[in-house]
Amino acid sequence: MSLLRGLLGMELIGISVRLFLDFQEKPASLDSALILDVPLGVISRIEKMGGATSRGENSYGLDITCKDMRNLRFALKQEGHSRRDMFEILTRYAFPLAHSLPIFAFLNEEKFDVDGWMVYNPVEEYRRQGLPNHHWRITFINKCYELCDTYPALLVVPYRASDDDLRRVATFRSRNRIPVLSWIHPENKTVIVRCSQPLVGMSGKRNKDDEKYLDVIRETNRQINKLTIYDARPNVNAVANKATGGGYESDDAYHNAELFFLDIHNIHVMRESLKKVKDIVYPNVEESHWLSSLESTHWLEHIKLVLTGAIQVADRVSSGKSSVVVHCSDGWDRTAQLTSLAMLMLDSYYRSIEGFEILVQKEWISFGHKFASRIGHGDKNHADADRSPIFLQFIDCVWQMSKQFPTAFEFNERFLIVILDHLYSCRFGTFLYNCESAREKQKVTERTVSLWSLINSNKDKFKNPFYTKEINRVLYPVASMRHLELWVNYYIRWNPRIKQQQPNPVEQRYMELLALRDEYIKRLEELQLANSPKLSDPSTSPSSPSQMVPHVQTHF
Amino acid sequence: MLGKGVVGGGGGTKAPKPSFVSYVRPEEIHTNEKEVTEKEVTLHLLPGEQLLCEASTVLKCVQEDSCQRGIYGRLVCTDFKIAFLGDDESALDNDETQFKNKVIGENDITLHCVDQIYGVFDEKKKTLFGQLKKYPEKLIIHCKDLRVFHFCLRYTKEEEVKRIVSGIIHHTQAPKLLKRLFLFSYATAAQNHTATDPKNHAVMFDTLQDWCWELERTKGNMKYKAVSVNEGYKVCERLPAYFVVPTPLPEEDVPRFQGHGIPIWCWSCHSGCALLKMSALPKEQDDGILQIQKNFLDGIYKTIHRPPYETVKTEDLSSNFLSLQEIQTAYSKFKQLFLIDNSTEFWDTDIKWFSLLESSSWLDIIRRCLKKAIEIIECLEAQNMNVLLLEENASDLCCLVSSLVQVMMDPHCRTRFGFQSLVQKEWIVGGHCFLDRCNHLRQSDKEEHQRQLSLPLTQSKSSPKRGFFREETDHLIKNLLGKRISKLINSSEELQDNFREFYDSWRSKPPNYHGLLLPHIEGPEIKVWAQRYLRWIPEAQILGGGRVATLSKLLEMMEEVQRLQEKIEERHHSQEALQAEAASLLRTSARLSSLFPFALLQRHSSKPVLPTSGWKALGDEEDLAKREDEFVDLGDV
Repeated sequence: MSLLRGLLGMELIGISVRLFLDFQEKPASLDSALILDVPLGVISRIEKMGGATSRGENSYGLDITCKDMRNLRFALKQEGHSRRDMFEILTRYAFPLAHSLPIFAFLNEEKFDVDGWMVYNPVEEYRRQGLPNHHWRITFINKCYELCDTYPALLVVPYRASDDDLRRVATFRSRNRIPVLSWIHPENKTVIVRCSQPLVGMSGKRNKDDEKYLDVIRETNRQINKLTIYDARPNVNAVANKATGGGYESDDAYHNAELFFLDIHNIHVMRESLKKVKDIVYPNVEESHWLSSLESTHWLEHIKLVLTGAIQVADRVSSGKSSVVVHCSDGWDRTAQLTSLAMLMLDSYYRSIEGFEILVQKEWISFGHKFASRIGHGDKNHADADRSPIFLQFIDCVWQMSKQFPTAFEFNERFLIVILDHLYSCRFGTFLYNCESAREKQKVTERTVSLWSLINSNKDKFKNPFYTKEINRVLYPVASMRHLELWVNYYIRWNPRIKQQQPNPVEQRYMELLALRDEYIKRLEELQLANSPKLSDPSTSPSSPSQMVPHVQTHF
Repeated sequence: MLGKGVVGGGGGTKAPKPSFVSYVRPEEIHTNEKEVTEKEVTLHLLPGEQLLCEASTVLKCVQEDSCQRGIYGRLVCTDFKIAFLGDDESALDNDETQFKNKVIGENDITLHCVDQIYGVFDEKKKTLFGQLKKYPEKLIIHCKDLRVFHFCLRYTKEEEVKRIVSGIIHHTQAPKLLKRLFLFSYATAAQNHTATDPKNHAVMFDTLQDWCWELERTKGNMKYKAVSVNEGYKVCERLPAYFVVPTPLPEEDVPRFQGHGIPIWCWSCHSGCALLKMSALPKEQDDGILQIQKNFLDGIYKTIHRPPYETVKTEDLSSNFLSLQEIQTAYSKFKQLFLIDNSTEFWDTDIKWFSLLESSSWLDIIRRCLKKAIEIIECLEAQNMNVLLLEENASDLCCLVSSLVQVMMDPHCRTRFGFQSLVQKEWIVGGHCFLDRCNHLRQSDKEEHQRQLSLPLTQSKSSPKRGFFREETDHLIKNLLGKRISKLINSSEELQDNFREFYDSWRSKPPNYHGLLLPHIEGPEIKVWAQRYLRWIPEAQILGGGRVATLSKLLEMMEEVQRLQEKIEERHHSQEALQAEAASLLRTSARLSSLFPFALLQRHSSKPVLPTSGWKALGDEEDLAKREDEFVDLGDV
């Protein structure tokens, strides 16, 4: 817990987004070089604690709740109006939306060697997947976001469905989010298609166009007579959604489809679950009953269900059993989790640094995961019911996978943490706004810097040394509590007792060996060069080999 | 049809009873028949080992891709092990055979490894013991190493069933005489003990010289001396023939109370402080005897309190620490979590896994052991005190705590031979009653003596004995150490503060793997040692993943570096070009599973395992769960 007596000073460099602290009295236990560096974007709420009559140390000051599991508490002196001023300045810059100020990303003038906005090009990504082909075409029907304002401009749809068909299907899908292709299996050509729920309603409405459209999707694989629909919600919720006009695909209407519910809970349940995680790790880590407390948060149980769902999607496609349609209610939270995780399991390309950036850019950003609403960038309304850690949960699932398969990912844990840090920081434009159309309107790519610029110009920092590229290898994590762990290095990283893991000793040793290997290879090449032109000349070979060869210093 | 072939329920030599479900798919019958012609499985007996009874056409049930498969074979029982001779040892690639246990095969269960035997009667599972009236259709054997075997006896002749079942029950449950233990007949028959280079094996601590070396190594020889007063076990059978005491201690004192009340040296740390242990004097009622005891102890304490000795802190493990009963109870609960009969059981327990773990208290016990060791290290290291461990016989918790302290403080103990020597010194020569604690003689009245005491040690350490870790495991140790923090037990505030300060200051520095190494003991850091406890459970297997994935990359890199090194040297010696050897020498890494090297691949396909049990009730979040994600404004759709 950051309970610090000191002077709070805010340096506005340019119009910086950070909070720096100067300490008037440095607590003996603290490193003298300690600077608290908190991007203002991470602040979720600021509260004054104590009043004029408060007595005792630390009873008067500011309490800042952050979106990244931190709480900061500053004790201030009561003299002057330091607190009032500070509160106002902080509120103004932490919540610019309420003050008609621009989000910091629009003011950020950082320059990087690489332009992260160039990373994702939908046409190129679909071409990599072998699209368009005989069965699937690229359509520009949503060029001006007229068909669906939360979808990207470019969509991949069945070749046999006309643009008019698409328009008719759109009327039967929540928020016009029609089924479109996310991924195609390079060999068996089964696909992962995403959409929102059908607007069945209480009366059990049907729509011939929608039914036909799903059948057309199924028919892109002639030999398969079934289409699998995964509804991410628990069965009861899907039924309940009928009351508000939604619902799910019934057997009667969709003859050639089988529907499964994946029992993943909604955004509100996830938000509460994460709150409980915070309760057991902050301000102190629950010690005596750590395991049962952890269980009572349900956080890992949710992770297990999300992973289990994604495994089923991936297995269905990988085994060539059938193509898969994934939806939840609107198809921008649970659906994004499931499609992106399944794609990560199926396609090793997404396990590289750039591949993962493309995956996030495609399945999350372009398909309208409501980052602005879920995170609340620059918004002071911390209690908004729209907030939910859906993207964090996805990254957690990725982390669980990378723990189970430590050689399968090009990126390391730091990469995932940096992504999460900048999910909140507002330093980059990457996660701003709810959908592509809004981003286009705000000219985000022109006016802000991309997070991928930062990462791709320092790629080495984010690389996993154990990475072994394996094409076409499907990764199935084991979705058992026996293997799922709380991500300590993320959720409890602010607790000084839980120190960040030192560089893993196995990794450290591996790096040493890598360096040694490279040195030997270089040496060998030099020897080869020296020896090959004039084999007979003994002067090119050193007289004492032992002087030349550095022996492996450490024991094996 | 002895030991031959896989036969489907419908294709066996005997007509199957109608209730039997065939789990064997036709294609398997085909492939396995092919193998039968190539393989003849024979029983491998060790020198001195005798076959006692056997039964043929026993079906071993194997879980595979969440369905059951049966393999026909012969079930035998010798005076050393129970073995199943099927022909499933097919398709092992090099890496797998390379790591096969050479003495105990995949389908071998040594008699002492049997933990519990169950019989299935009309689908009901019952514990089997003593004389049976009725013989089961199925035998389930739970092993102490957490393997679970299912043998179906439906197709076995009735006589053979009787013979094998009662044979197994008798040989795994009846009390045994020490001299009847298999190792004696083995030793008589084998007798080819070859002397090895003393530098390359563990120190046995069975000579005066071994103790002198250890004193020299730890620089304890200034203040401590090795004594031979117990040579031939004249003083006490419990004590080793040779051991180490403070130099000024008169040797005549040792026999006074049969070695009780004597401070015995365990280890000296670089600062000169030592870890000592003492078995408590017998409890007496008589005032006169008590006075004698008191005088004796006063004399002893005077000897070791006087300079050059540091102040002594006495740590009474009998009253201030875990009880043996506690450890035993926790382990019994804990191990049960891993003895899983089938997939359904695995997934049913998965949802409440963390609370099940917690209720066993095992991880908390591990945490307390580690914490006690750190507290003692704090005394030795930060307060420059000697620590005297006191326990009734100084042979249970003393062994545990003392060896943990040494592993953390002495990098030598983290090498393979160092660790073996440590086990020899503290546990074997140190007089831990393995025979009672493991109940090797199966004396039911000694039930209360069975304690899984050495397990906390290995759990906190993982096992550096595995061949593929090679010599210096200390790099790994920190990672492998179990970890945690606990509520403050029996300690004064001040002590706690000292401990905290010491522990936090150590942790704020970068770790030196060749120096003091303290484990993490915070709640989230204490985890189940998956490589030991989950190794036989197919559902828990991560194909191509787990820690073994990075370790095998590391080993590959070591090999490559060594190869390059040799190549460079060769090049210096001779000018001949070695062009033929392309860079493609790299061994293509076999895709190992997280169970490697313990269990061989049990699932041959790469199908994912899917949880079969559903969601637990959310309780107070039920209302949230019913809410809509978004307000759905449907307009006039």
